[in-house]
Amino acid sequence: MSGINIGILAVQGDVAENILATKMAIEDLGMEGIVTEVKTPEQISDLDGLVIPGGESTVIGTLSLVNGSLKKIKEKIANGMPVFGICAGMIMLSKKAKDRVVGEMDQPLLDFLDVKIERNAFGRQKDSFESEISMDKIGISKFPGVFIRAPSIIETGKDVEVLSKFNEKIIAVKQGNILGTSFHPELTGDISLHKYFVSMIRKKN
Amino acid sequence: MIPLSGDLGDTKGVVKEKIGSFGTTRGTSTLKRGFAHMLKNGVVMDVTTVEQAQIAEDAGAVAVMVLDKLPSDVRKAGGVARTASIRIIQEIMDSVTIPVMAKCRIGHVYEAMVLQETNVDMIDESEVLTPADENRHIWKWDFTSPFVNGARNLGEALRRIEEGAAMIRTKGEPGTGNVAEAVIHIKNVNTELRRIKSIYDAGDEQDLISVARELKVSYSVVEQTASLGRLPVVNFAAGGISTPADAAYLMTLGCDGVFVGSGIFKADDAKERAQAIVLATTFWEDPDKVKEAQKMIDERQSMLGLDTKNLELRMQERGSTA
Repeated sequence: MSGINIGILAVQGDVAENILATKMAIEDLGMEGIVTEVKTPEQISDLDGLVIPGGESTVIGTLSLVNGSLKKIKEKIANGMPVFGICAGMIMLSKKAKDRVVGEMDQPLLDFLDVKIERNAFGRQKDSFESEISMDKIGISKFPGVFIRAPSIIETGKDVEVLSKFNEKIIAVKQGNILGTSFHPELTGDISLHKYFVSMIRKKN
Repeated sequence: MIPLSGDLGDTKGVVKEKIGSFGTTRGTSTLKRGFAHMLKNGVVMDVTTVEQAQIAEDAGAVAVMVLDKLPSDVRKAGGVARTASIRIIQEIMDSVTIPVMAKCRIGHVYEAMVLQETNVDMIDESEVLTPADENRHIWKWDFTSPFVNGARNLGEALRRIEEGAAMIRTKGEPGTGNVAEAVIHIKNVNTELRRIKSIYDAGDEQDLISVARELKVSYSVVEQTASLGRLPVVNFAAGGISTPADAAYLMTLGCDGVFVGSGIFKADDAKERAQAIVLATTFWEDPDKVKEAQKMIDERQSMLGLDTKNLELRMQERGSTA
């Protein structure tokens, strides 16, 4: 294999930022690989790893369902492909989501990450915030957390490892080949979390 | 990539506070512009009721914009158009999970303040409403909530960004169902961007300074924009979009997403049309998918629309010289 092939799900959201951060992470690790936008099941089937970016989870879910990508992503994750869900992406990966105000949601989810998510857990946009957080378990002691209408995790299954908390709220988790964060590493210029994800793919291959 | 840092870091809109043992900061450029980044490749739909907002959310809208009347009705009604009823905005905020935006009048600092207190996710300082102060737009750095502003050309866009807008949209000609003006505006911006990029690439600082004078903005904003070759914030198309093909066409011109005003809920097939416009915006690169989206609507049910040549009221001219 000449290099790893990482896709950024490009249905909706901040795709370009994740392409850049992932490319920088690959380069920084001294690896070879390509990072591309993926939208179709065909593009997804070739991937070694997938990032589901921030955006609106209802939109990303509905549209991925329409064109068959959702099914393909499920298949790939079930076969062990590492996947990194950011904010809306983490919601997509989860088994269950509810909204802080509106309540239980019936939106298309990938149904892998054994957590229950509270959407918009910190409030609306005016309450969006930046704060320094840490993920000591994966060797990142300081990280600039950018939380935009962010979700949090309110219940976790037994296989879920909690990587970070903000004021008692769970904001980063790992479960096997799945990584999820409430916050947006791609908006910070700090690529350490993207590097961690790329090394998850490296180990797998 | 579109940068996230603004020019003014420490302004009234930036709030520092402690939550538990964590120091936090709200209202930064990263958060305001970052919010707009999350909307990319999406459709923001104008709505006037809870029912419309739910149709929009189900159709895959990335956010809704709450108005008292749809732009075409504002045009018909005449009189003074103001910000929507707070009670309706709140009802909509309680019934959908996607972001809720609302419009305030150009220059009306306190309508914007009321919307910020209402906790809408983004404020649109909009030419669809009757301007309160055409000479001075709101100084948006004073707010913690992000703003989107309309623009017809690069100068307007950069002046709004300099005032703190976290997102730009073309003005088009609202409420006409006619996409022609939006097309002109985005092409204007693109042409001007190409021009300043070539000046930047040639290393001609003196010429860039004269551009800054001509556009009535600071040199730093011009330089940053010229180096990027695009607007330094997320840029959506708006004004007169009525069909999936309209939306897809604007995406091909380099827009990051679209706002649809009267085009959906003034059509007789609003539900199908909302879905179809979302599909066309998402899959604009695939003509076959756009055709499928266009097939979902019936042209006989599109809003009739207006020829923009014979309008008594040209909303796009509001606040354009400031």
